[in-house]
Amino acid sequence: MNEVLKKNLHEIRELLDKKEISSPEILQACLERIEKVEPKLNALITITEDIAGAQANEAQKKIEKGTSPLLGIPITLKDIFVTKDIRTTCGSRMLENYIPQYDGTVVEKVIMSGAVIIGKNNMDEFAMGSSNENSYFGPVRNPWDLERVPGGSSGGSAASVAGLECYASLGTDTGGSVRQPAGFCGVVGLKPTYGRISRYGIIAFASSLDQVGILTRCVKDCAIILEVVAGYDPRDSTSSPIPVPPYSKLLDEGIKGWKIGLPVEFLSEGLEEDVLKGIERAKEVLKEAGAEIVDVSLPHLPYAVSVYYIIAPSEASSNLARYDGVRYGLRVNSSDLIEMYMKTRAQGFGPEVKRRIMLGTYALSAGYYDAYYLKAQKVRTLIKKDFEKAFEKVDIIMGPVSPTTAFKIGEKTSDPLQMYLSDIFTIPVNLAGLGGISVPVGFDRKGLPVGIQFICKPYREDELLRCAYHFEKTNALKIEWPSLEDASPSQK
Amino acid sequence: MKKIGREEVLKIAKLARLEFNDEEIETFTYQLSSILDYVEKLNEVDTSGVEPTFYTFATETPFREDEELKTEGGEKLALREAPSVHKKFFKVPKVIK
Repeated sequence: MNEVLKKNLHEIRELLDKKEISSPEILQACLERIEKVEPKLNALITITEDIAGAQANEAQKKIEKGTSPLLGIPITLKDIFVTKDIRTTCGSRMLENYIPQYDGTVVEKVIMSGAVIIGKNNMDEFAMGSSNENSYFGPVRNPWDLERVPGGSSGGSAASVAGLECYASLGTDTGGSVRQPAGFCGVVGLKPTYGRISRYGIIAFASSLDQVGILTRCVKDCAIILEVVAGYDPRDSTSSPIPVPPYSKLLDEGIKGWKIGLPVEFLSEGLEEDVLKGIERAKEVLKEAGAEIVDVSLPHLPYAVSVYYIIAPSEASSNLARYDGVRYGLRVNSSDLIEMYMKTRAQGFGPEVKRRIMLGTYALSAGYYDAYYLKAQKVRTLIKKDFEKAFEKVDIIMGPVSPTTAFKIGEKTSDPLQMYLSDIFTIPVNLAGLGGISVPVGFDRKGLPVGIQFICKPYREDELLRCAYHFEKTNALKIEWPSLEDASPSQK
Repeated sequence: MKKIGREEVLKIAKLARLEFNDEEIETFTYQLSSILDYVEKLNEVDTSGVEPTFYTFATETPFREDEELKTEGGEKLALREAPSVHKKFFKVPKVIK
């Protein structure tokens, strides 16, 4: 394998700026890697080789005169980001041939910073799923074990980064969709505070929970990209006007004397033994870095999944009403308008999307609104207050990313509720709007990555990244990325 | 288990503009019932006097001047992805019988 593929984004930046390698050379290495491993991983729905080629040539000219954080570096985007003149499917048959007329804000920002966009990542349809088995374009496979899921919904993004197809990927996280796949694939996955990054040009799932996330192979790379994509956007009125600090320059100062809270409820929710060991290891590492571990409590944690599976489907049922076969996307013809809507939606959406639309429509329908939707929004307030109270005593909260490591393809597809419960530790963070990051802590007995999650106070991604950075540094985990270059084809 | 019957599933499907075959209706009736049964546990929580959180960090609504913004490409571009077009319009099946 070409050694340049194993570098982190900031290392590639240095090599490019020192002119030790050129952007077209790096792109070539990534494209060759994609050709070899894509038949096994299925992490990309669209490969944008020609566009990437032009961007890499353009970037190389600019590098002769100066630099910018992403200049000349190949990245991928979850296929939920609308990209001008590049097909954007959201993992759905509904948008199989949809070619957006514009770039979203985040896409504009990474292009402005000189990124080379090499493809659009596979994902659970409309970001609904925890295993990437809900894609119209087939499941993504975990680079560490091709029989296992990469997590979801940003599973293609996580598999792309762990599979060394690119140096970073942008995803979205509504209930854990960046942190959980990052945990399953052994990469770093950041979901900032709600409103930190603009949602303009991101296909909406649950608008009060959706947030852009970043997947990389180290914490520093996450900080570099957050600096590029964060900030207020007049086109998203929920984006925050709070200034964006230079995150990547604030990492070095340590976490000596910091108080890290471990919610007692996090340890009573059916954790796998190896995940529990990961927590123990993380505690040791943090103590070694000079932090103090403090017990905290999130008493309403057991209700988080229920709250989420009322609010997210309700918002989704409303957001997805736009797919009616009129202005873009699939249309199934009929002589009757209502029948055209119904046939288009019946054939355009997959089972999980329909399940959530049905659930949301039910929760919002006359007679049930107060009992389900309003009730859930009130319990959400209590969950948010639990965090506020915990943060009175601590700087950062730590916990597992998910109760298990990567599970087998097909293991949970027949029972939607079991699948939903795998998001128990990530969901509360979205409900409270906070920032969270998943960082690898080690490997389980099957050789699968185990992640650890850190959670920060609103808009304190500076502290979150600093904690994650020092954790990563002190843990000093040596990761040998899977080569995936042996001849055996994927099983299915 | 929370009772949600076939008739109710059909009613919600109609509201959501979705259609299902018999087998799908059966599966959905079962799955929706078990999910609703699970979320019933929210009733254990006393929420009297608790305000709902629709948005986590509601800031003031940002206002801007009501100015016309130019969009490149205009109508032609806006209609580019439409499944069916007539002149400057999105075309749909006849609504008035």
